[in-house]
Amino acid sequence: MNKIGSLLSPPPWTPRLWQIMLLPSPFILALLGALGITTLVMLIAGVSPLAVYQILFFGAFSTPVRFGDMVMLATPLILCASGLTLTFAAGLYNLGVEGQVVLGAIAAMIPLRLFPELPTPLLWTLSLSCAACGGACWALLAASLRLGARVSEIFAGLGLNFLASGLALYLILGPWRRSGAAAASGTALLPRDIWLPTLEGLRLAPLAPIIALLGLGLVWWVLSRTRWGLEVRAVGINPNAADRLGVAATWRIAQAMAGCGALAGIAGGLQIIAVFHQLIPNISSGVGLLGLLVVLLVLARPVWVLPVSIIFASFTVGSVQLPLALGVDSSIAGVLQGALVLSALLARGVRRERAQRI
Amino acid sequence: MRGNQVPSHTFYCMQIAIHNLTKCFGSLRANDGLSLSFAGGQIHGVLGENGAGKSTMMKLISGYLRPDGGEIRLDDQVVHLRSPGDALRAGVGMVHQEPLDVPAFSVLENLLCAAPRQALPSRAAARTKLLDLARQLHFSLEPDAPVNQLTVGQRQQLELVRLLLCGARTLILDEPTTGITAAQARALFAALRQLANSGSTVLFVSHKLNEVAELCDTVSVLRSGQAVGRQLNMPQPQEQLLQLMFGAAWNAEVRPPQGREQANGHAVGTQPVPTWQLEAVRAREGNLTLANVNLELPAGRVIGLAGLDGSGQQILLRLLAGRMRPEAGRIRVHGQDLSGASASAYRQAGIEYLPADRMLDGVIGALSLTEHFALLQGKGQLVDWRAAEREAREAIAAYGIKATPVSRINSLSGGNQQRAMLALVPQACRGIACEQPTRGLDVASARAIWQRLLARRDAGCTIVFASPDLDELMNYSDQIMVFFAGACSPLMARNELSSTRLAELIGGVGFTPVMSDQ
Repeated sequence: MNKIGSLLSPPPWTPRLWQIMLLPSPFILALLGALGITTLVMLIAGVSPLAVYQILFFGAFSTPVRFGDMVMLATPLILCASGLTLTFAAGLYNLGVEGQVVLGAIAAMIPLRLFPELPTPLLWTLSLSCAACGGACWALLAASLRLGARVSEIFAGLGLNFLASGLALYLILGPWRRSGAAAASGTALLPRDIWLPTLEGLRLAPLAPIIALLGLGLVWWVLSRTRWGLEVRAVGINPNAADRLGVAATWRIAQAMAGCGALAGIAGGLQIIAVFHQLIPNISSGVGLLGLLVVLLVLARPVWVLPVSIIFASFTVGSVQLPLALGVDSSIAGVLQGALVLSALLARGVRRERAQRI
Repeated sequence: MRGNQVPSHTFYCMQIAIHNLTKCFGSLRANDGLSLSFAGGQIHGVLGENGAGKSTMMKLISGYLRPDGGEIRLDDQVVHLRSPGDALRAGVGMVHQEPLDVPAFSVLENLLCAAPRQALPSRAAARTKLLDLARQLHFSLEPDAPVNQLTVGQRQQLELVRLLLCGARTLILDEPTTGITAAQARALFAALRQLANSGSTVLFVSHKLNEVAELCDTVSVLRSGQAVGRQLNMPQPQEQLLQLMFGAAWNAEVRPPQGREQANGHAVGTQPVPTWQLEAVRAREGNLTLANVNLELPAGRVIGLAGLDGSGQQILLRLLAGRMRPEAGRIRVHGQDLSGASASAYRQAGIEYLPADRMLDGVIGALSLTEHFALLQGKGQLVDWRAAEREAREAIAAYGIKATPVSRINSLSGGNQQRAMLALVPQACRGIACEQPTRGLDVASARAIWQRLLARRDAGCTIVFASPDLDELMNYSDQIMVFFAGACSPLMARNELSSTRLAELIGGVGFTPVMSDQ
């Protein structure tokens, strides 16, 4: 548990204005390092880095449709990253976040299939509540393995991820299959009137990002203002000492996991009612793991989750245009995102090493 | 080839000399210009209290640590040992307090994976050699037994056999009799004598005077990283060895004890309910069992627990704070039966525990004093930051902590961290169990800590502390209990005890444990 404490130096939780205004210096180092690595990859592939960067950085903002897509990708990313901020604060590597997204999506489907005739606001609330519960239960499963059987939450989470996607696939091919032929591509589309309403001509459902921002705000408030948040952070930094000071460490760990699971579950629920409108095998689209990258990059500081999530989402959306515009594979966005995190961790490690040597 | 047929075959004796050896850990000079020499073919005892630098010296000689200065000579050749493997190739092997082996492997597999190829060409050869050597040394080692089913004594025997098969001509044993049975200790001593007779050099690190007297040909004494006695031929008068081990503290009995009189006047039988009552308590940790403890710790006293590290005082402290559950017996706190209750129940009963390692489990390094006080706030969903900061400011003023309410605890100096930890103990607390309350602190900080602790005592709180420092025990305790190898003495009034007597008891001289029917 303490290994996270050493990897993520503890964040300042009440940032001052100048801290928000100024980028932290490891961030700039990381950015330069990541650009270096990515440029190298592009040069090897024989494409013009400038053209690629232009599309990666600005492609998502070139048309309203693309901007809308970017927002809809940033939404689950923000939710997952907010949830992971909780678990990181508690000193946990919740790699099971993917599975929690999937379980949220499955749970969200249940009321949608059972009571499609309910008034839509009630139905959405019910669906998202189910999604939160589903994600939280899945996370609690990992937490109970960790607390009860001393299985590392990393491995418990990874195992449960496979189980969750298996469950989704079973539902798609089995009980929830389309009338007629079953297809591994997904369940039948939900009736159009229970889709979350979108802006005219866009795929942007404004309610979704609002929910995500509320989730992020809640996490920030809980961690910086409440006693519960302080206790979670204390447990994350030093569980033994927290225990000595009278904090119920076991409970805080389980609750942080459940909180993360609930937020990831809501992300999964929104994927259903606002994005895909059906259960598909790849319902999470890797958004949980991308959220993990975001949190690693921002040192689990909630204030930074929003901008970094937007940047990551715009890379991904921008990269979709690469094959058409330049004949470059869109996976270059993943290279850039991965390189960013890698070089950020590296910059931090080097800085700490230097600090220790003095 | 060499050393394979120990001890039937004699080889030339290895002589070890160290010159001006220095090793620092941060600001601590664990070995400070240490010069000693050990003649070959003999058993050399190395004595010293905890922290005297014995283990550091042995780790330097056996390649586990590299010296910051000075040199090591084996047979008059200066060697630079980069690793334990280097040292073993040069002929020096060390048996650790906790044997280092692969628990899931069998005895034979442990030998095979650790020995150089030419020493043990095949499994069958290894088995033969192992059985031969074990028979010669009268060890009971079954080649196919898994190591995790062996006793510590047997694992030690395995380690010895391994080192000998790898060609070690000098054997270093660090507190080898800790955690093994008396019979195993006898077998070990016999084997060591046999090895020395056939030419091995043995360095025997211990703090037990009687063992050194029984086994060793010469003895050297370390204190504060320096050699204060060099290769004295045994036997030596015990008096003199204790004098060397404990230095000034040994003569401290002539000094007037400080702050004693009013303390005794305060506590004369005025408190009817003792803070702790222990009845027939038994507890075990690792190889050490603390059995049949019957104790009453009265309110408003400072009780010092003396003894070498790992003699059982840590177990008692943890029992008192509910951080370890007794296997048998009852523990009452202020008359309330808390046997088997959780640590938080003890906290609620007003018992606080101050660990020796502040940063490990005492305070949360990355949080500030304000945040610590916020954690201690009673109920309420939101943190009352203003109140927490006020408390932090009060604590800083009252305890003289050099910090601001928002500075992180891990940015403070050790003394200030310790004061902060003490400041976090609630005023209403009735009992404090502290492990080495002034560990690593300079004299002034230590005095300041004790001033606060004594103020707590005068307010009726019972303070139980363990310390390796004789001065500290003699200066601040009202009563002292001595621990030796898992047995404890009765509570003794401090003023009936002299430093001399205390040091003897710690070394096990004239130690009588509490009678079981008491």
